Amino acid sequence: MSDQVILRVAVKIIVPMILLYALYVQFHGDFGPGGGFQAGVIFAAGIILYGLVFGLRRAQKVFPTWVARLMAASGVLLYAGVGIASLLLGGRYLDYSVLAHDPHHGQHYGILLVELGVMITVCGVMITIFYFFAARGRETL
Amino acid sequence: MSEHLPVLLVVIPLMAAPTAALLRWGRAAWGLATGTSWVVLAMALLILRRVQDEGVISYFLGGWAAPIGIEYRIDTVNAWVLMIVAAIGALVMPYARASFEREIQPSKIPLLYAGLLLCLTGLLGIAATGDVFNLFVFLEISSISAYALIAAGPDRRALHAAYKYLIMGSIGATFIVIGIGMMYAMTGTLNMADLAQRLPEVSSRTVSVAFAFLTVGISLKLALFPLHLWLLDAYTFAPSAVTVFLASTATKVAVYMLVRFFFSIFGPGFSLEVMAFHWVLLPLALIAVISASLTAIYQLNVKRLLAYSSVAQIGYMILGVSLASVTGLTAGLLHLFNHALIKGALFMAMGCVMYQVGSVRMEAMRGLGKKMPWTMAAFVLGGLSLIGVPGTVGFISKWYLVLAAVEAGMWVVAALVLVGSLMAVAYVWKVVEAAYFQEYKGEFEVRQAPISLLAPTWVLVAANLYFGVNATLTSGVATRAAEVLLGVGP
Amino acid sequence: MRILGLYNYWIFIFLMMVGFYILISRRNLVKKILGLNIFQTSVFIFYISLGKITGGTAPILVEGESEVVYSNPLPHVLILTAIVVGVSTTAVALSLVVRIKEAYGTIEGAEINAMDNRMPPP
Repeated sequence: MSDQVILRVAVKIIVPMILLYALYVQFHGDFGPGGGFQAGVIFAAGIILYGLVFGLRRAQKVFPTWVARLMAASGVLLYAGVGIASLLLGGRYLDYSVLAHDPHHGQHYGILLVELGVMITVCGVMITIFYFFAARGRETL
Repeated sequence: MSEHLPVLLVVIPLMAAPTAALLRWGRAAWGLATGTSWVVLAMALLILRRVQDEGVISYFLGGWAAPIGIEYRIDTVNAWVLMIVAAIGALVMPYARASFEREIQPSKIPLLYAGLLLCLTGLLGIAATGDVFNLFVFLEISSISAYALIAAGPDRRALHAAYKYLIMGSIGATFIVIGIGMMYAMTGTLNMADLAQRLPEVSSRTVSVAFAFLTVGISLKLALFPLHLWLLDAYTFAPSAVTVFLASTATKVAVYMLVRFFFSIFGPGFSLEVMAFHWVLLPLALIAVISASLTAIYQLNVKRLLAYSSVAQIGYMILGVSLASVTGLTAGLLHLFNHALIKGALFMAMGCVMYQVGSVRMEAMRGLGKKMPWTMAAFVLGGLSLIGVPGTVGFISKWYLVLAAVEAGMWVVAALVLVGSLMAVAYVWKVVEAAYFQEYKGEFEVRQAPISLLAPTWVLVAANLYFGVNATLTSGVATRAAEVLLGVGP
Repeated sequence: MRILGLYNYWIFIFLMMVGFYILISRRNLVKKILGLNIFQTSVFIFYISLGKITGGTAPILVEGESEVVYSNPLPHVLILTAIVVGVSTTAVALSLVVRIKEAYGTIEGAEINAMDNRMPPP
């Protein structure tokens, strides 16, 4: 689809906005509707849209496969790591209250980090799935 | 640190799984998986000891007290199941190295360890949690990783087997969610202990429907006759190490879910008197024992033969559960452990044959008694245990089962259990006959299986014999667990 | 009127039966997955409609107002998890179908069964 001028121009404008919107959904998640899962999907959708229009190879230059795989794994580790951290600081598993000097801030940081972990994993998984399906049956991966 | 054991038990394999997926070398992933599984086993044993000494352990995730937060609640029953799953995991991981290297493409091996660790996480989570929705999530973690693991089998039919398992497993899981949703709608809680308190107050038709949905859903997961068809292909075509792991843990945990829902949540009063589940499950269990044993005799593939035998053994467990007495439940829970040992040893022996001969068909067994003496000796001892010869664990479970049937005055049931054992003699003998009384006719030289495969196999065989002679430990724990479930003990 | 008042459950049961019927009756592997998705989605609707309280609003604390009626957020959270589970199941199922198509050349259940039966036993 890379020969379609309208598509190419439109995508170039839309993709940064999609990525920005994903970050908005992510970090606004504590105050309003939103959160890591949605943000991860939106972010991945931006990359996937880019891949659909400009081709798999260009997309993988922007966002290599190994990055996606690393993200898929490290998000889970971040999530579980926050739990372990709160456990080492003397609380129960995933008890965010002990993460900062007072429980209010602790809960705030905790949920932010956990949601970040969710976003990273979801984004990585979505992109990995897209790459693997798209590369199926071709030589180029 | 020891107060955090219930959650660490689940979190440590959960963290090891993505790390294993990132590693490039199969050996590194193997080392990580093996180390993790041994740590998990140590923790499970510590938990079992603590539960024995101090009673129920309760852990609130995030410091939110139940019933608002998720509670991990471990009593004797959970600790028993956790120990079984962790022990099998700790034996399968070392075994998997050589087996995977022979059967799987090198680039996929780290992912398989990640899958095994995730499956372990899910099964441990089901057994540790005290929250019904959390249980569903862990159930799906274990199931989805199991689908992927089965699909890694070398034959293309593994893909179709995994697909069929996926469809059946998802129907089962969805039925379980519907049941949980109805319970939530009636009580407004998801905590098991809280549900057990509130369900009797609201008992209405919705609760009965929830009970029915849960029964069917869990029966699908545990492959109770006639919902067992997914199990046969899945066990036959999965990679050898995966078959060992799933055969000795996945269905066991499903049996645990069944008893947990029936006895702890709905309570024996509702399950037995209002719903009378045992009049449904008892005949099904008996049909499973007889029909699956009969079919097993005619199988030409030993893995498939053992899969049919698994369906029959699940029948024994459900038989024990549906006798619904302390002895019956003890028999069911004992067989949970004993069958994990038996099937683990038998499938591991078949994995050794697969490694050296490349086939587990009946004709491939010919003459292996001389060529692979240690492997086939392990198979014979495991087979004796499957039959229930005195001195093996199989005898202990059959003994309790017959005892429970006689206690309930069901002489026919006791007789059918013995008939099932006789059929086991027939199908085990078929393999023994091929291995010891026929000549090897293959072209290439067959050697002994490597020590890394034989060692875990023989650990399981030794456990079969040890716990068959010294049954006070296992039957003591199982009896206490049965008393907890029926609410008669301390 | 009572039956009409419970319309959300009727929708749930209708969708559930539609999905389940597709799941059982179709032999095409992708159509089966579609049926499974409808089946699972019906359960999502069941849970979410449980959490609705007449006149209830989104459960976000409004400062200074104590009279606000909130919908029950718990079923939504549960279903968010169940949706993720459903998505993962679908992803695994579809990738299995892709590989089945590569290995067998078809996604018709009947043809695959026939090919399985023709193959030498394992």
